[in-house]
Amino acid sequence: MPKLSAILTLTTSLILGIAGVWVAYNVNMLPVSASMNAPVYDELYRVLFIIGVILFIGMTALVIYSLIQFRRRPGETGDGIDLEGNISLEIFWTAVPAIVVLFVGLYSYDIYDRMGGMQPLMHDHSGQMDNQAERVWGGIGSGPIESSSKKNSSSLPIELTAMQFAFIFHYPKGDIISGELHVPVGREVSLKMESKDVIHAFWVPQFRLKQDVIPGQPTILNFTPTKAGNFPIVCAELCGPYHGGMRSNVIVDKQEDFDTWLKENSKESI
Amino acid sequence: MTISLKPNNSSPEKLQPTGWLKYLSFSLDHKVIGLQYLVCGFLFYLIGGSLAGAIRVELISPLSDFMPREVYNQVLTLHGTIMIFLWIVPVVNGAFGNYLIPFYVGARDMAFPRLNAVAFWLIPPSGLMLITSYFINGAAQSGWTAYPPLSITTPAAGQIIWILSVLLLGGSSIFGGINFIATILKLRRPDLKLMQLPMYCWAMLGTSILVVLSTPVLAGTLILLSFDIVAHTGFFNPSLGGNVIVYQHLFWFYSHPAVYIMVLPAFGLVSEILPIHSRKPLFGYTTMVFSIMGIVVLGLIVWAHHMFTSGTPPWMRLFFTIATAFIAVPTGIKFFNWVATLWGGKISLNAAMLFSCGFIINFVLGGITGVALAQVPFDVHVHDTYFVVAHFHYIVYGGSVFVIFSSIYHWFPKFTGKMLNENLGRFHFIITFIGFNLCFAPQHWLGLNGMPRRVAEYDPQFQLINQISSVGALLMALSTLPFLWNILQSILYGEEAGDNPWNALTPEWLTSSPPPVENWDGEAPLVLEPYGYGKKDSNETQEAIR
Repeated sequence: MPKLSAILTLTTSLILGIAGVWVAYNVNMLPVSASMNAPVYDELYRVLFIIGVILFIGMTALVIYSLIQFRRRPGETGDGIDLEGNISLEIFWTAVPAIVVLFVGLYSYDIYDRMGGMQPLMHDHSGQMDNQAERVWGGIGSGPIESSSKKNSSSLPIELTAMQFAFIFHYPKGDIISGELHVPVGREVSLKMESKDVIHAFWVPQFRLKQDVIPGQPTILNFTPTKAGNFPIVCAELCGPYHGGMRSNVIVDKQEDFDTWLKENSKESI
Repeated sequence: MTISLKPNNSSPEKLQPTGWLKYLSFSLDHKVIGLQYLVCGFLFYLIGGSLAGAIRVELISPLSDFMPREVYNQVLTLHGTIMIFLWIVPVVNGAFGNYLIPFYVGARDMAFPRLNAVAFWLIPPSGLMLITSYFINGAAQSGWTAYPPLSITTPAAGQIIWILSVLLLGGSSIFGGINFIATILKLRRPDLKLMQLPMYCWAMLGTSILVVLSTPVLAGTLILLSFDIVAHTGFFNPSLGGNVIVYQHLFWFYSHPAVYIMVLPAFGLVSEILPIHSRKPLFGYTTMVFSIMGIVVLGLIVWAHHMFTSGTPPWMRLFFTIATAFIAVPTGIKFFNWVATLWGGKISLNAAMLFSCGFIINFVLGGITGVALAQVPFDVHVHDTYFVVAHFHYIVYGGSVFVIFSSIYHWFPKFTGKMLNENLGRFHFIITFIGFNLCFAPQHWLGLNGMPRRVAEYDPQFQLINQISSVGALLMALSTLPFLWNILQSILYGEEAGDNPWNALTPEWLTSSPPPVENWDGEAPLVLEPYGYGKKDSNETQEAIR
């Protein structure tokens, strides 16, 4: 009997595992990925989804099986078995979730690091070299760690001012003010954000990035778009009556098209 | 005590009004107070549910066309505040806690009966105040989180009334928490040890510790916020040098434990219901106790996971990710233990059992999305979206509210002496379960694909899924009808329940239904094995009870 139950347990776990992997690779619940850290995000999502599906189907199946198998048949009396606990079982289901959680935690740390979350945030909006170090609160960066030293030279600085109920983008280079965000493909953008009134949030679902835009505390968000196209910018923090309507677009262009746009809209020659 | 000046020696409880009028009086009887909490909470649930209905109607179409935008924000603020502070917290703590804890510890009442009555009577006025603020210049419209500077810049009257009523409700909660701690630790019947108490006592002890430690922080924070609004101080107002992030830290220091204040008592109630209806001892009593206390400790140090996009420094993000994810361990133990309690039992598939099992399934899903949300890189995409809305409704509705219904089906015979109709109860469960999952499961997809929460208008590509969700909400609303009909029917014509219809071993069943004023006519019974099902000697005890 114990052999049979061991085989049963093994087969069920195997089926569950395969089902989890199958579901995670065939059910896509995420929008297009359009930034450098989006594929990294999707990888984490897939791993979490596999673990989640296995756990959820497993627990649900256990509950439904117990309800059917151990239901009280008509006319049946008396109690169930006198089983108050089982130390080895309890240790087992303390240890397994602990290991899973530890794995998920370390893995997501790795993902976070690959997204650039652990790099010291640097920003250089040239001409703003105050003696007093400006306190900037960081979002997630997207550049690989090796490039962090040359980041200042290569990243495109843009300033975002959020207000009820609009996003205003300012390009220091060319002194352009725009209601939409124009960025080139493949170049890191360093968005310095501050709010004029209440807390807003800058969210581009296709970039898998979100950062609150806070009054009184500038925040920085670095990202590298990888796909040309037109994606929504959504305010994700309740900011007043028109919160749902506070939307804009990010237009990701090829470098040449972006340069043209920059040239056409610049107030000064670059 | 003034009572001692009276000529007769009756206890204060015996001087209370009798009949149905006692439910409207300043009663000191813990059972009356428990039912006051329950009925009052349920009325607020109907109001909060209607507001949820209004939200789902607005979201049927992508345009803001059902109500003005300001009103929509008031509705979502009131919905959240009512459901948390006037329905779930008072019912899982106040209603069942007051009714059951004195029975479980073998006492005749709570430690501080007057404080108990005060704690209850703070609720109806603050609830009414909150709701009527809608008619004075409009209710608060900054969400139940009331983040400044939005809460400072929206119309002041509604926000101030919101703060006042949440302060009063927090006060009520603290009074209740102190009372539960004192009752559980100090009023235990002689010879009854802590480790022999039913699990709900441990859940309430843990919850009350959280209430007493964290609610005062919320109170202080809201008082500072009201200074900012009324006296134009600058604690949280950035234009006066204040810091908006500090508010978020202080707010979530209470409001994350608040989740456990809503959920831990529900865990306790399930631990009482499952053994009785599966006729088996609760599996792993000791690990259950330690996991409750583990959740209490961890629950206090995870608040910043609500602030991963607020510009928190990387080290803080990491610490709170790990701490939060580890809550899954003690929580997981409890769920495995419940399934093990079902295993090998003789399970009655009645409404109480079905709602408890529905809770297990819903909460597992909510817990899985919770662990995912704890991961910073995952959270920066779905934070403040419908994914979060789905997650926490799986926790507080699929979790706590399912348990409340389960508990009503389970203890109604004790409350009233009448049985509920089980077929209607099963029907209620099926409609609620389908409606709930239809309403909230699709919202995970909405959040992942770009729909933020708290919006009155949205991208038209999300319309179909929102309509499905609204149909689910309609089913949830309809599901209260068979429930109410069942209650009404049973009170009027219900079958007599007898003292112990479930053949249970916990002390509240070892007295008449409904119980006498001081719980037992004679001495309180000494129940050393509240979960002793399936034992030879316990069968004899059960025979004796019959």
